[in-house]
This record gives sequence, structure tokens and C-alpha cells, in this order.
Amino acid sequence: MLGYLTLIFLCQLLGELVVGALAWPVPGPVLGMVLLFVFLALRGAVPEGLSQSAGGLQKAMSLLFVPAGTGVMLHFRLLGEALLPLGLGLLISTVATIAVTGLVMSWLSRERADG
Amino acid sequence: MDNLQETWVYLSASPLFHLTLTLVAFQASSWLFEKGGRNPLLNPVLGAVILVVVVLLATKTDYATYFEGAQFVHFLLGPATVSLAVPLYRQWRLVRRSALAITVSLLCGSLTAILTAVGIARVAGGSVEVLASIAPKSVTAPVAMAIAEELGGVPSLTAVLVIVTGILGAMIGPMVLTLVGVTDWRARGLAIGTASHGIGTARALQVNETAGAFAGLAMGLNALATALLLPLLWGLLF
Repeated sequence: MLGYLTLIFLCQLLGELVVGALAWPVPGPVLGMVLLFVFLALRGAVPEGLSQSAGGLQKAMSLLFVPAGTGVMLHFRLLGEALLPLGLGLLISTVATIAVTGLVMSWLSRERADG
Repeated sequence: MDNLQETWVYLSASPLFHLTLTLVAFQASSWLFEKGGRNPLLNPVLGAVILVVVVLLATKTDYATYFEGAQFVHFLLGPATVSLAVPLYRQWRLVRRSALAITVSLLCGSLTAILTAVGIARVAGGSVEVLASIAPKSVTAPVAMAIAEELGGVPSLTAVLVIVTGILGAMIGPMVLTLVGVTDWRARGLAIGTASHGIGTARALQVNETAGAFAGLAMGLNALATALLLPLLWGLLF
């Protein structure tokens, strides 16, 4: 399991290095995800230890956003000043994005399933 | 009594205290979430953030001091993102079969996220600085902050808007999808991941593995799409 945790860290490190060196507009961990995916594709199966390490990280994933979210305390004044544009913008845009993406995807997948 | 005070001074300055505070706050809010029948209003991330902020304000602790301890939790976001390759690989056959549908839906969602956020904030009287800060709000934080900076926004404000968007999406996303009649797990995951990045993906993973895999994929693709599209759109709009 420790070996697979090391593999996950190595993928992130490689991802960060490549993104930094080539100035790509994606975050290092996202490229790291692609690298780990390539490893799995080459191997043809998910090793049990990796499955456990990944599962552990994903179970804790919500927790990992708490420190960044607490950063809200740095911006109470700015948030108060622009409460209306920010509040309405976030709420309506989030609802619209979810509805549009979900509807287009389910419509296109259904078309394919029928044909 | 003096001893206790000394110990408190020592502990409150050590990373252990704020690291433990983060974990305890999250455990407490998760417990509340379960007790409340998984009511979306009791979202554990939101609850934990409120608890931590209240404790920090009450103990007059600044964010930088808190983050010295909390960074150990924050740091694991990178490896957790990498690990999303596992559900993606397990669902790869499904993903490959709907590659075209995914691409089209993602572009529609990415454009909707940008245009509605900027449009509504503008109509509601937001300054250009506010518009630039909110424009990349659906994208995972590191990318969103870099884009906001490029457009002339406030990156650390963008980080907060990104988190709020994630919590909002995780809270109301499933309800919105049910309301508009989207029941397919692929579509539900893709929608939540496009709109609310990692926080939405974390929520989707708890509900269904297919939804989780599609959400993680959407999070990565939307980071790429927004990083490429938004600067172009911004040039046309302003």
C-alpha cells in the first residue's frame, strides 16, 4: 500500500514538473491523474493496494477542502461589498451549469442508445 | 492554572492544534450530516468551515497561523486528484463509448458556467475586478486562481468563490438534476464535476462510482476548457 501511495505522489510530482516546464494551462495533479491512468492502462488492471490507497484518499476528499474554504475569513469585507453580484452570480450560474450539462449529456447519450 | 495557560500558549502555536481542529470540526459536521438524514443543507464541508471560522475568530487567530497546521490536510488535495485515475479507469469503457457526448456536453457546460456567472454579476452591479474573480469559479482552485490573475481579478477571492461554488453544487446539484429529469449516472456525474469541480466530485463518489468517475473526468476537462476558452471570451467581452 505504501508503494502505491509512492506511485501516486510520483505521478503528481511528474505532472507538476511537466506542467511547470511547458507552462501548460492544466494543474499538475490533473496531469498526474492522466499519468496514473496511463500506468493502469499499460498494466491492464487496478492492483489491490492501489485500489485501497485511492479509496482512502477519496473517502477523505471532502475534508481536504476545509482549509481552503476557511480562507473565506480573509475576504469578509470584499464579500460584503459585492454580496449581490457574487451571491446571485454563483447561485444562478451553478444551477444553470448543472442543468445544461446534465440535460445535454443525457439527451446525447439517449440518442446514441436508441440508434 | 499557570501550567494550563502555558500549555495552551504552546499548543495554540503548534501545527497540531489547528490540524486537529480541522479534523474534529469535520467529524462533528459529518456526524450532524448523517444524523440529519444527509440533508444537503447540512453539507459537511460548509459545516466544518463555519465551525473552524468561529473558533478562529473566538481565539483571535489569523488565517496564516491556522494554515500552518491545516496545510497538511490541504496538501493531500493533489494526491487525491491523482487517485481519481482509478475510478476513471474502472469506468473507461463507458467513458469511451460516450466520448462525443462528453465533449459536447462539457463545452456547453463550460460556456454556460462562464457566461452566466459574468453576465449575472455584471447585471447585479459587479465591478470588472469582481467579474474577473467570479468568471473561472467552476474550475478547480489552482487553475481558477491563475486565470483570475490573468484577467485582472483577485486570486485569493477566486479561491473562496471556487469553494462556495463547489459546496453549492454538492448541496443543490442532485436536486436540480432530479428536477430537470436527469437520472443517468453518467450525465449526473458529468454535470456536477463540470459545475463544481473536486467538491462536487467528492460528493458524487459517495453516491455512485460511475457518477464519481464522470465527475472527476469533467473536473479535469473543464479546467482545460476554461483555461483555453475564458481568456479568448474575455477579450471579446471587455
